[in-house]
Amino acid sequence: MSETAVATPAAPSFRVQRWTPLSIAFTGGLAGLVAVLAFAPVMLGENTQYNLIQLYFLAIMAMMWNALAGYGGLVSVGQQGFIGIGAYGAVFFSVQHEMNPYLSMLLATLVGAVVAIPVAAVVLWLRNGAFAIATWVVAEAFAILVSLDPNPAIGGGTGTSALLPFNLRYTPSQRLHYTYWAALGAVAVLLLLLFVLLRSRLGGSLQAIRDDEEAAASVGVRVLLGKGILFVVAGAGCAAAGTIILAWQLSVLPLGPNSVFGINWTARMIFMVLVGGLGTFEGPIIGAVVLYLLQTYVSISGVWYFVMLGGIAIGFALLLPRGIWGTIQERFNVQLLPVGYRLRTGD
Amino acid sequence: MTWVADLVHGIFLGGFYALLAAGLALMFGVMRIINLAHGSLALIGAYMAFLLTEHLHISTYLALAPVLPGALVVGYVLQRTMLERSLRAGQLVPLLTTFGLLIVIANLLQQFFSPDVHSLDAGRIGPASWHVSSELSIPWFDVLTLGIAFSVLGGLHLVLRVTQLGRELRATAADADTAELVGVNARAVYARATAIAVAIAALAGVFYGMRSAFDPNAGANELLYAFEAVVIGGIGSLWGTLVGGIVLGISQEIGAHINQEYFALAGHVVFLAVLVARSASSAPRIRYTLRRFA
Repeated sequence: MSETAVATPAAPSFRVQRWTPLSIAFTGGLAGLVAVLAFAPVMLGENTQYNLIQLYFLAIMAMMWNALAGYGGLVSVGQQGFIGIGAYGAVFFSVQHEMNPYLSMLLATLVGAVVAIPVAAVVLWLRNGAFAIATWVVAEAFAILVSLDPNPAIGGGTGTSALLPFNLRYTPSQRLHYTYWAALGAVAVLLLLLFVLLRSRLGGSLQAIRDDEEAAASVGVRVLLGKGILFVVAGAGCAAAGTIILAWQLSVLPLGPNSVFGINWTARMIFMVLVGGLGTFEGPIIGAVVLYLLQTYVSISGVWYFVMLGGIAIGFALLLPRGIWGTIQERFNVQLLPVGYRLRTGD
Repeated sequence: MTWVADLVHGIFLGGFYALLAAGLALMFGVMRIINLAHGSLALIGAYMAFLLTEHLHISTYLALAPVLPGALVVGYVLQRTMLERSLRAGQLVPLLTTFGLLIVIANLLQQFFSPDVHSLDAGRIGPASWHVSSELSIPWFDVLTLGIAFSVLGGLHLVLRVTQLGRELRATAADADTAELVGVNARAVYARATAIAVAIAALAGVFYGMRSAFDPNAGANELLYAFEAVVIGGIGSLWGTLVGGIVLGISQEIGAHINQEYFALAGHVVFLAVLVARSASSAPRIRYTLRRFA
């Protein structure tokens, strides 16, 4: 793919276009929205900020899972392993090594990226279902290893708390503000990173891999490299989400479906991405907003909440596989964040 | 001598894993999909047997009489309603829908049976065992499980080799479109394969319930162990799952011998080591790919 104009003798002329007036307006609007949201700590109440942090880490997870499945064709059911590494990495630096908790969160995010490299080397040559379960096994192994850590600050099935390092340095309201900014910053940085990645040559390669791996390889796409980059970015992103979860709820558990290493995170990710639109750039954000609204405004008990999540995900996968945003995109041919190319005829 | 005991117990545990993995391997072999809800379907079998034994006061083995045909029906309906549509939608969709099913089943079981652990009565042979020496004793129940695993794998082998259904299954697995050209109804074959797979899963689930206590979230671990057995044994081979199950069982027993908490971890580590070894053995191909495209 190239951005140069293509001309054929038969038709008048074609233009390859990336930006449309609508997408320029929307991208600008989104940047403006992020800027406005940055002022939330001075404008909005504590409850709202607390809720928005939740929306932010959900959005990060959805973006990362969609990057893997929607752009790389990699259905991972083990991203909770990286969420757990993020949360426990932050505990490791801030509690065990008494570092600043926000610096610890940043370091733990990098740990997520570093850990993703050997994991990628083990699992990326597997396809579809084999890849899915292998990622889950890796996540389980991480969870067991963490729970067996001899250091009392980390190990033990009863979990751990990061209350102390936060309380030593910050008042509760400072902690809320800084965590809010950290979460919003993480969303903005990761969104921008994915936007740049998917607009680059890599984006085209990845979509070729997703559509047909052999065909992509045969025309010169570096399949393993493309998937590897995605996997490392997703590892870092999910670790970042894990650090935010730690700063948000302050204590975490290592084992069980509801723990920070729990499979329920993957259930949420799949729900958000399928509802929003698998393989669309905007979809996961919409999915995150839908899930956030559901759990904020529909009071439903824990068990039925996950029955509903699983049921709706199955329904979307079978009946509306392109999700909300994919369907809108198909019908109205709009793209608000321009990661693709559009072919225009005439003038 | 204790290491011999670990080895022997690991082999018997492997028989159970082979039973658990047989249905997963069958569905993968025929349809090329990995049913992420496999462990959860096994768990439903255990809970159904629990209901029957609780309310009708019958033996667990007798409860298999209604549970297994019920599981056949569940598998058939599951294929016709959900999996068939998923298969048509591409390779990724069956993963998404079976994962959704896993979450739905685990939480429904929790709703109806509480998060507490349950267990099934293994009958008179449950506590009985054969004392080989002071340190090695073999529970009769383990012998029974291994025997059932052998019978199921042998039965499947015979069905695939000898019967008309087996020929249709093998033809569909090799090439569904061509099989249809010569008059095989691939949809019906798929539905029968899933029905058999779910019934074997339910059988494994009932045996699981008799060998250890289970809770609504146990399906996840059962899926992982079953899949590990399939992969270690070599994907796509029925008898391979027995070998894989035994390797997994021995690893877990040895891990548990070192430290009780290493039971699951040891199995996961061996599984990942096998993956690394496989990827290393396919390294020439990868290197070739890299050279060509680097």
